[in-house]
Amino acid sequence: MARITRRTFLQYSGAGMAGILASHRAPVFAQANTVHILRWNDFVPAADKVLREVYAPEVQKALGIKLNVETINANDIPARATSSIQSGNGPDIIMILNNYPHLYASAAVDVSALADEVGKAGGGIYDAATQLNRIGGKWVSMPWSMVPALIAYRKSWFDEVGAKSFPKTWQEYQAVGKKLKAAKRPLGQTLGNTFGDAPTFTYPFLWSFGGQEVDAKGKTVLDSKETLESVRFMTQFWKDAHDEGGLAWDDSNNNRAFLSGDISASLNGASIYVAALNGKDKFKTDKGAPLHTDIQHAALPAGPKGQHGYHTAFNHMVMKYSKNAKGAIEFLRWAHKKENYEKWFTVQKGFATGPTREWEKHAMWDNDPVMKPFQTAPALQKRLMGYQGQPNQKAAEAWNKYIVTVMYAQACSGKSKPEEAVKWAAGELGKIYTGT
Amino acid sequence: MNETLVVNGRRQRVSRLTRLLESEKALAGALLAPGVAILVIFIAYPFVMALWFSLTSIRVGDQGQFVGLANFTKAINDTIFQQAFKNTVFYTFWATIFKLALGMWLALLLNRHFRFKRIVRASMLLPFIIPTVLSAFAWRWMFDPTFSVMNWGLYHAGMITDRLPFLSDGDWAMWCAVAVNTWRGMPFFAITLLAGLQTISPDLHEAAALDGANAWNRFWHVTWPLLLPVTLVVVVFSVIQTFSDFQLIYVLTGGGPANSTHLIATYAYQIGVGSGLLGEGAALSLFMFPVLFAVVWVQLRSLRRMENA
Repeated sequence: MARITRRTFLQYSGAGMAGILASHRAPVFAQANTVHILRWNDFVPAADKVLREVYAPEVQKALGIKLNVETINANDIPARATSSIQSGNGPDIIMILNNYPHLYASAAVDVSALADEVGKAGGGIYDAATQLNRIGGKWVSMPWSMVPALIAYRKSWFDEVGAKSFPKTWQEYQAVGKKLKAAKRPLGQTLGNTFGDAPTFTYPFLWSFGGQEVDAKGKTVLDSKETLESVRFMTQFWKDAHDEGGLAWDDSNNNRAFLSGDISASLNGASIYVAALNGKDKFKTDKGAPLHTDIQHAALPAGPKGQHGYHTAFNHMVMKYSKNAKGAIEFLRWAHKKENYEKWFTVQKGFATGPTREWEKHAMWDNDPVMKPFQTAPALQKRLMGYQGQPNQKAAEAWNKYIVTVMYAQACSGKSKPEEAVKWAAGELGKIYTGT
Repeated sequence: MNETLVVNGRRQRVSRLTRLLESEKALAGALLAPGVAILVIFIAYPFVMALWFSLTSIRVGDQGQFVGLANFTKAINDTIFQQAFKNTVFYTFWATIFKLALGMWLALLLNRHFRFKRIVRASMLLPFIIPTVLSAFAWRWMFDPTFSVMNWGLYHAGMITDRLPFLSDGDWAMWCAVAVNTWRGMPFFAITLLAGLQTISPDLHEAAALDGANAWNRFWHVTWPLLLPVTLVVVVFSVIQTFSDFQLIYVLTGGGPANSTHLIATYAYQIGVGSGLLGEGAALSLFMFPVLFAVVWVQLRSLRRMENA
């Protein structure tokens, strides 16, 4: 073994340090064809297993890429992305949600060729995913999946209060919810400061009453009689039909409350149903039947100005600082091939849908009629945050400050009158859009 | 250049290096250098960067441009920030009062002689040792709107008929956060005050007792004045830590419901990291600096006066 003298060590380490300081960049280790991907801890753990146990060995064999999969809590991804972008070092691919592509666009590698290819092969990428990932005619990140949010509800409990089919309007839902709450089976909904279930409920709710954040010219128009009507309705609806502890819920509380039989319905991804399905012996109805047999899914009811839904887009951004952006894109191209994507898609059992309409035709959807409503949900999404403007940086700021959600929470908690809550929210929104 | 020195009648050449090593100034500089370097790299540099960020429109991936005090003006007009500021003052004030009162009480108890004294003293530090994130999660479960063990216990004891809104009511949530912070910070007060108590000579208490002073008078006229310098130092540390608290609120309430428990640190994180507005986030967090500076200055000044008295 070659002997390293103190002098040699100092020479090499000195030169290395000088290089790091000159390049303003931390050293990158293992630069051989390695792709480091950062994703969330999937609510369907089997999907993470596919990445690690199927994708990693297969992509190594097919392309010689060593795939390094790292998963963290979804709430922590923005912090990691921020530090990676600012330091110019980190994962080659970062999974980002919602309209974060608009926030990190300047740090992204153009993946237009890949998106065009995948879109063409799959019958077109969903409109919502396109708006979120295509900025100024350039795809800054590649849509991977959509996670639809639908209401999971207890069929037998709804039947018992006379709702043989799921309520079509908010008024009907309120009436049914009132009976359910009287029977100690309230509806469950978070109005807390949490990234997923709260805004995916409050934004469509606002839209269905005709309220919106801005008009087509970008002027804030939240302070309207439609918004006020929605807040007044929600305040009463909350008292009549909801578990009022929902003001403090995060994205996981409704799952636990539903699975334990404390609530009768909740807006959610399919994770409640998937958990009940995977825990047939653990989660039972009050009559002893497996809980999953009593769960159905439905879209959010319609308001006076239509029916809306909000489904979360999960996207992969190839980072500009990456030393192996080419390998990262090659990996994504490989993963989006039908035969490879299918392996991940099928274990989701419908919790996540594909980025293109092609995946609506997959045979998996015939396996379980309870999951059918998820099949086409993303195609029905008509609006995004910041409507009627773009889902841009300003929309992201309003979303991340939970302004719309807090507007409802203030009124429902009795902290403010509906009029005050609307005025407050419109004022905060105005400051974001006018920048003062 | 070498110089010559006469030692025991013999001329010796003294190198510049030797002279340098023998110089007290140089030695002091060398010994201080690592500490200064650490301060500059880990404290001064981030602070200056934060200051610079706060004066620019920097966003994630975009260096932005100089905007003067625009970020500070925006923060002052931001009602969520105004609420977060009030919340931070409220949270710090009450948590510090409780930590001081309960910590003092605990220290006085632990200063007595009883069986298993050492085990009790050591175990008291547990809340302080457990990572805040873990203990905050445990408390969140105990305050859970649906599964709270406290609600369950009170309900089965026949003391309540409906669940208490620990975290789902803004006021309750804030007091819960104060309670958890008190639980976590009290051992620090107790142990430090206990150390202070043990430096007070028992003779003073004995003399006071012989003069007929009761327990309260002995505490007020003997213990408290002698303990005051230690108490002030502990309070300074506690105010700094509590005012800039982040983890506990982030885990316990996320700043909700309806922003009722947002602190400056959690809101700055939400803006800086959640929304990618690094300049605005830096400006928000810098609002802590003048407040903490004023608190520390007043307390240290009092401490110096006491020492000089």
